Amino acid sequence: MTSAVLGAEAASARIAAQQLAADSTVKFDAVTVAYRGAIVLKPLTLDVAAGEILAMIGPSGSGKTTALRAVAGFVRPASGRIHIGGADVTDLPPYERGLAMVVQNYALFPHMRVADNVAFGLKARGAAKALIEERVDDALRIVGMQKFLKRYPRELSGGQQQRVAIARALAVRPRVLLLDEPLSALDAQIRRSMVEEIARLHADLPGLTILYVTHDQSEALTLADRIAILKDGALSAIGRTSDLYRRPPNRFAAEFLGRANLLPVIVEGNTRKDGMVAVRAGDDRLVVACDGAPSGARRLLCVRPQHLTLAAEHGYSNRIGGHLREVLWQGELTHLIAEVGDTVMRIVATRLPSLPERGAPLDLFFAPADASLIPEEAGV
Amino acid sequence: MSDLAVRAAPARPNFNGLWVAPPLIALGLTFLYPLFLIARAALVGDAGEIDVGGFLSVLHSRAFLNALINTGLIALAATAGCLALGVTLALILAFVPFPGSTFVARLIDTFIALPTFLVTLAFTFLYGSAGMLNGALTQSFSLSEPPVHFLYSAWGVILAEVTVYTPFVLRPLLAAFSLVDQSQIEVAGLLGAKPWRIVRNVILPAALPAAIAGGSLCLLLTVNEFGIVLFIGAKGVITLPLLIYDKAIQESDYQAACAIAMVNIALSLGLFSLYRFAARRLGG
Repeated sequence: MTSAVLGAEAASARIAAQQLAADSTVKFDAVTVAYRGAIVLKPLTLDVAAGEILAMIGPSGSGKTTALRAVAGFVRPASGRIHIGGADVTDLPPYERGLAMVVQNYALFPHMRVADNVAFGLKARGAAKALIEERVDDALRIVGMQKFLKRYPRELSGGQQQRVAIARALAVRPRVLLLDEPLSALDAQIRRSMVEEIARLHADLPGLTILYVTHDQSEALTLADRIAILKDGALSAIGRTSDLYRRPPNRFAAEFLGRANLLPVIVEGNTRKDGMVAVRAGDDRLVVACDGAPSGARRLLCVRPQHLTLAAEHGYSNRIGGHLREVLWQGELTHLIAEVGDTVMRIVATRLPSLPERGAPLDLFFAPADASLIPEEAGV
Repeated sequence: MSDLAVRAAPARPNFNGLWVAPPLIALGLTFLYPLFLIARAALVGDAGEIDVGGFLSVLHSRAFLNALINTGLIALAATAGCLALGVTLALILAFVPFPGSTFVARLIDTFIALPTFLVTLAFTFLYGSAGMLNGALTQSFSLSEPPVHFLYSAWGVILAEVTVYTPFVLRPLLAAFSLVDQSQIEVAGLLGAKPWRIVRNVILPAALPAAIAGGSLCLLLTVNEFGIVLFIGAKGVITLPLLIYDKAIQESDYQAACAIAMVNIALSLGLFSLYRFAARRLGG
């Protein structure tokens, strides 16, 4: 009997968890946004899974914040629909969408104490007093701000204010948490620690879907399960974070997400059984992963600075000949700038053997799996 | 090193403090001395001796007490009306986008530039015994007497003062609303707050210093309002400025007029101090 009851409880908890997870999906269905007739977000179709962190990155004016504001309900799409948890929310006002948001300038209410700020959403949703106290306590504990509940925002540091803003958003248990450049106003050291805190937070709340808008690629790389790169109001690339970093689909994605060396090459021969293909860069013949380009096609070989070495590694290494132009010591890392034909390439190394003189010939090595081919065009 | 470098320079007289003299002299001649004359006229009798009894008898008179009560009630009611109308208009102009909102805001601002009697005159044409409203009602319902009389009561004075002085509340409120962080409003909405809650809990607290400063200014101006009260000529509506006018011009009782003026000045300076305190304390 008891085991039957426990089994039923577990089943209902599982169903509730599934329901919650289903409630927190986000779907952009050909969403466009226009301001005074000018289209600032071109048709965007995108699915965000429940519990996923999707980072939207791109330069200023790329449409990433507009996409987020459309989900929030602050801007109305000119066309297309937005679904949250499977339900069409395009016509709903922000207060009926069940979301929460953290913005760059924290947007804490200056006349309210920390506890009142965190309780604001719960009061607005008509929660009972006991529930409000419990949730405020929980949210402040999660962000480590329990001792500050009687302080006013002006009595807190930038990092502490941002923690309160996150607590305020979490207190309402949102279906989806929208983060709009939440760490941009913080200095570099606090920003690094806050990135780690957000990662820990998501580990504690795995069902929480997060849409994270940032122009900081390191935040996106650290936190996101997937990254969407936007450019000129359109989706330029999307993929799992590591895939997008290792195999960017276009030049813009390669250059925007981390540093990339892009060396013009010509495809030689057909793709091998192991998915590799031979390419020629000047006098050097290289083997890299193929993107399906036919023999004779022009491509850019993309290899990250930290994947280039000055000595051949174990196993097969490609070799490119160049000349050393500059050495930039940056403490933990040393950047070497080399010329390969007309292309300037960067090598990032943690340890270096003895260096040749500036202008002297230099051999650069990389593993075939660490490079990819991308079209010469910049991408959407 | 030369001798010039080590020798102490002779002390030069500092005349910088003299710059304060011209404004002090101007203030003394145009304000402090007339104020002294008023105070002397209030406290010195015809025989040239101090007459505190005469001063107190004026303050205990029925006419003075009625005027004091009228002044206070009308000023408070008009200020409350200015605040209610000013807050409503400012909210609409700042947060409800509609074509021509800037033009409307500037139009309301022009009331500050108009002489107060002009509004009263316009009200006479609109709501007076022979005004448009009474004319239309008399014709429509075949009435023998004009039915609307509020203009010739304290309500008429209050309505005119609200019309004239609302821009003094509206202007600082619009400035304060323009400084409200838009992201606070958006975040509040996303957290589940409906528009009225956002107004009550986010926007109005941010604009409270401006409302208090604007309201205090209205209170100060309405306490001293003379033109509107005189022009409307409402029966039984005598305020302190009007009583001073009556005593000085109609009755030539300068001692009484100056005694009442002293009270009016004290009231104004008290309110002004309160306004400055509120503005400074609340950052207005």
